[in-house]
Amino acid sequence: MGELIVTILTGLSSAASLFLVAAGLSIIFGVTRIVNFAHGSFYMLGAFIGYTMVQAIGGTIVSYWVAVLIAALVVGLIGVLMEILLLRRIYHAPELFQLIATFGVILVIQDVAKEIWGNEDIVSPRAPGLDGAVEIFGQRLPEYDLALIAIAPMVLIGLRLLFYKTRWGTLVRAATQDRQMVAALGVNQRWLFTGVVFLGSLLAGLGGAVQLPKGGADLLMDFGIIAEAFVVVVVGGMGSLGGAFLAAILIGLLNVFGIQIFPNSTLVMMFLVMAVVLVFRPWGLLGKPETPAATGTEIPNEPLRPAVPMVKVLAGLVLAFLIALPLLQELFPTVLDPFVIVQANEILFFVLFAAALHFIMGPGGMVSFGHAAFFGGGAYTSALLVFHFGLPFELAFPAAPIGAALLALIIGWFCVRLTGVYFAMLTLAFAQIAWSIVFQWTEVTEGDDGINSIWPSDWVTPLVLYYLTLGLTVAGVLLIRRIVFSPFGYALRAGRDSPLRSEAIGINIRRQQWFAFTISGAFAGVAGALFLYTKGSIAPTSMEIARSFDALLMTLLGGVEALAGPVVGAAAFKLLEDLFAASEYWRGLMGITIIALVLLLPKGVAGFAQTGVGRRLGLSRAEEVRA
Amino acid sequence: MSTVLSVQNLSKAFGGVQAVEDVTFAVDAGEMRALIGPNGAGKTTCFNMLNGQLKPDSGDVLLGNRSILGLPPREVWRRGVGRTFQITATYGSMTVRENIQTTLLSHHRQINRMWTAARTLFVDEAMALLEQVGMVNQYDRACGVLAYGDLKRVELAVALANDPQVLLMDEPTAGMAPRERVDLMALTAEIASARNIAVLFTEHDMDVVFAHAHRIMVLDRGRLIAEGAPNDVRNNEMVQEVYLGSGAVHGVGSA
Amino acid sequence: MSDPILTVSGVHSHYGRAHILSDVALEVRGGEVVVLLGRNGAGKSTTFKTIVALVRRTAGEITFLGNRIDNRESYVIARMGLGYVPEERRIFTELTVMENLEVGRQPAREGLEPWTPERLFEIFPNLAEMRDRPGGRMSGGEQQMLTIARTLMGNPSLVLLDEPSEGLAPVIIEQMAQTIGLLKQEGLSVLLCEQNLHFARLVSDRAYIIEKGQIRYEGSMAELEENDEVRAAYLTV
Repeated sequence: MGELIVTILTGLSSAASLFLVAAGLSIIFGVTRIVNFAHGSFYMLGAFIGYTMVQAIGGTIVSYWVAVLIAALVVGLIGVLMEILLLRRIYHAPELFQLIATFGVILVIQDVAKEIWGNEDIVSPRAPGLDGAVEIFGQRLPEYDLALIAIAPMVLIGLRLLFYKTRWGTLVRAATQDRQMVAALGVNQRWLFTGVVFLGSLLAGLGGAVQLPKGGADLLMDFGIIAEAFVVVVVGGMGSLGGAFLAAILIGLLNVFGIQIFPNSTLVMMFLVMAVVLVFRPWGLLGKPETPAATGTEIPNEPLRPAVPMVKVLAGLVLAFLIALPLLQELFPTVLDPFVIVQANEILFFVLFAAALHFIMGPGGMVSFGHAAFFGGGAYTSALLVFHFGLPFELAFPAAPIGAALLALIIGWFCVRLTGVYFAMLTLAFAQIAWSIVFQWTEVTEGDDGINSIWPSDWVTPLVLYYLTLGLTVAGVLLIRRIVFSPFGYALRAGRDSPLRSEAIGINIRRQQWFAFTISGAFAGVAGALFLYTKGSIAPTSMEIARSFDALLMTLLGGVEALAGPVVGAAAFKLLEDLFAASEYWRGLMGITIIALVLLLPKGVAGFAQTGVGRRLGLSRAEEVRA
Repeated sequence: MSTVLSVQNLSKAFGGVQAVEDVTFAVDAGEMRALIGPNGAGKTTCFNMLNGQLKPDSGDVLLGNRSILGLPPREVWRRGVGRTFQITATYGSMTVRENIQTTLLSHHRQINRMWTAARTLFVDEAMALLEQVGMVNQYDRACGVLAYGDLKRVELAVALANDPQVLLMDEPTAGMAPRERVDLMALTAEIASARNIAVLFTEHDMDVVFAHAHRIMVLDRGRLIAEGAPNDVRNNEMVQEVYLGSGAVHGVGSA
Repeated sequence: MSDPILTVSGVHSHYGRAHILSDVALEVRGGEVVVLLGRNGAGKSTTFKTIVALVRRTAGEITFLGNRIDNRESYVIARMGLGYVPEERRIFTELTVMENLEVGRQPAREGLEPWTPERLFEIFPNLAEMRDRPGGRMSGGEQQMLTIARTLMGNPSLVLLDEPSEGLAPVIIEQMAQTIGLLKQEGLSVLLCEQNLHFARLVSDRAYIIEKGQIRYEGSMAELEENDEVRAAYLTV
């Protein structure tokens, strides 16, 4: 009895931070329509800055909490900085660019935090006055847990008063629905936006600071919390503070009970609950169906047309170069390092990975934040078959797309019930769960160490592997193109352009999307297997959020609207990565590059071809729009 | 004339508010039937129940003599009920002809083919439909850049692509210029009569309604308050009071 | 007639690559109801959006109450007393009637009796009965009234109404015409755009006709009534 109550109370206390972060995420999204990926970083900053402040002034009960509040305020101000310098310039950019930009912020903050607070995990002192424990039915519970339990409902009530009883709150709720109209009614939405980002970031910072005595601070907190916050938002319902509260408590409780039921993978419980909620309430416990926010800046898409001759010639030239590359390298070893082949090989399977993602993102209109699950899924399928059953390369390799497709079939079944941002968040949450299973289920997957020494058969020399990679990538990209222009591809695009019309002409959009998702997963699986056999090993890092974002970046770098996008983007991305690899601050450099690209090239590199300049160069034949 | 669509005692409530109450009517093949009424009278709710987008609380919808109740919209469409929307819903990333081709591919159940280029399929059939609505010249333009009136014509062609028995048109002329409205409805009437299609449409432009409807039904607060030939409806005092008004804002005074 | 309170001259604007308005010029004088007539896609809505800076002009001047507003932001223009009621109504469906009005509230303007919810309910009696109803649960006609009332809360001296009669039942359109008459009596100026000539005739003093982004005709409503040729060419009733 006592044990049960204490477990419940522990669960409730762990819900507090989660609620604060999720509420902030939800509030910022509501008004700015930006899913702030850097929200986890703000949470992490809250913890680090909180630690520094507590060290500096937090000796007494009062000054401790003052230190916590100062940390939250500072994080709020960092949010304001991000809003003014970055978000403000991209409110009208496509949704995805905004995401990628905030992802760039994550990378920058990671390097900054590493520079200031170092690599070591920080253990924070207990809060003065709350450093003891209370006894409940003979079980001990830290006093600080009780404080945490009280914080969440207090913040919830405060926020509700703010949103429903003040003019500012009314304006925020109005702007959540139609920000342009609010401006047309004489409200300076700039300050409204800045204010909202301040509030949301402050909540994240507060979340990070209040969990200090329990969890300390480390550099992995950002991605850890963001996946959980997404789960909370999806389960609770986007835009619903009450929903976030309920869901945070649910997840908090699951975390403590999950450990007792599945000691190896607590996230499995989360997966089950999320699945059950979404089957019965697709928009979350207290959520409403997503309505596209009126921005009034819709510019019609241009029809997808077969490549113009100029592009075909270019593609042919690149292909010829790639085929001749090993020969060229042998002929001119002074100009071309042997490393060039390795590099080209790597670019190639990333092209395939990016093309797979682009297939559902571009024509399908489904943005997956978790495609690394299928890349890693494919690789792990092969690796596990070799590791446990000693399957030869010839059987293990083709199993990769099958394994990845099965995974996509399962995950896709849930995901296609949602659209837009919800879909994206759900894919990320599932990918994180897949990652945690691989990471935590050491008996089967070797955990963090990964599975090593997986090499292809002897006949597959590095040269053969290179041509295999080239062949499969080119075949994959062409096959995807073929599907895009087939009736299936048209139906997919139809579902993206107008779900209403598609349903009215007999197209089962959900099923179409589900199949497309599975096909995409299979191609990502092939890319994963190529990665495995090139590197000879696979580790959980290949399934983490950052890897999913690599694929997103490649696709975006190339431009979502252009079919050539992923090809150009993957190449550009890998070259950038190699360029920065030498630097200690490669993350920060990458982050800054991403942010700069978003600000300067909002249509991507290949999308550039479809602008006025590109048309003049004969790279596109889009019709000039006339009134 | 034979009855194609019959609606029996249809009712639907939303959170205690009776949106549609005990509505019964039938539409014949080749007939142009208008459904008019104040905003919020339940016209769109009614339409949504006819094509399966909403499930009624009670009542039945028969196509021919088979019930289509409980079928999803895509199934209702397969049985021969086409629909156009108040705000046009076309595929902006496709050309005009590709919009029609996509519909034809779905109609002929070839939408899941993955190899052949969709552009090359059902070209002649698509062009024939575009010919009927006068859009052949613009077949290769993107739907996203068309004038609104032309977009409405594309929608009409899409709705005709599966050879429907019934056409549901939700405010077909909304947002169009007066002359375009008359042209579009004249075209619709011509096609409906040639192909023996039953057309049920809602509309706020009384010039359009009285020029083209064979029969008119008036819905007010979820109930049918009048049904009859245009002249009878125009002279119905109750209809004038709840809907038509004095006639000052349309060219259709009481006769 | 009094001085112009809104003057638009030589305005051009683009939407992406599309040239929507070219050399648009028009004016509204104090206490006047002016209608901008034209087909769908002729540039009526874009003219309005350009005036309130929701679409950027690429050339030309816009003056309101003697001040240039063509470089101002939407919210500044609204605060200066230029109200805008968009075509799609765009009320805040999650907010109640009272909250919708609150969003529109701006400080009182010198020389004008400020609008309060109570004063608005006298003009829109329907709304008084549903103060706490969320906007999403109102009929189209009620929403149209609310969107006008909401704009009036900003105490404007000129209101732009984008197709107020679109999608409304004839009886409601008649009410709308009466409402516009009342606003005129209150001393407000109104610029509306319309396709419904019957309605425009009921409420307007003067008319402009726009076609392919250019003003093609200007004259009093009475003159337009006489001019069959112009009506046939541009309005094709």
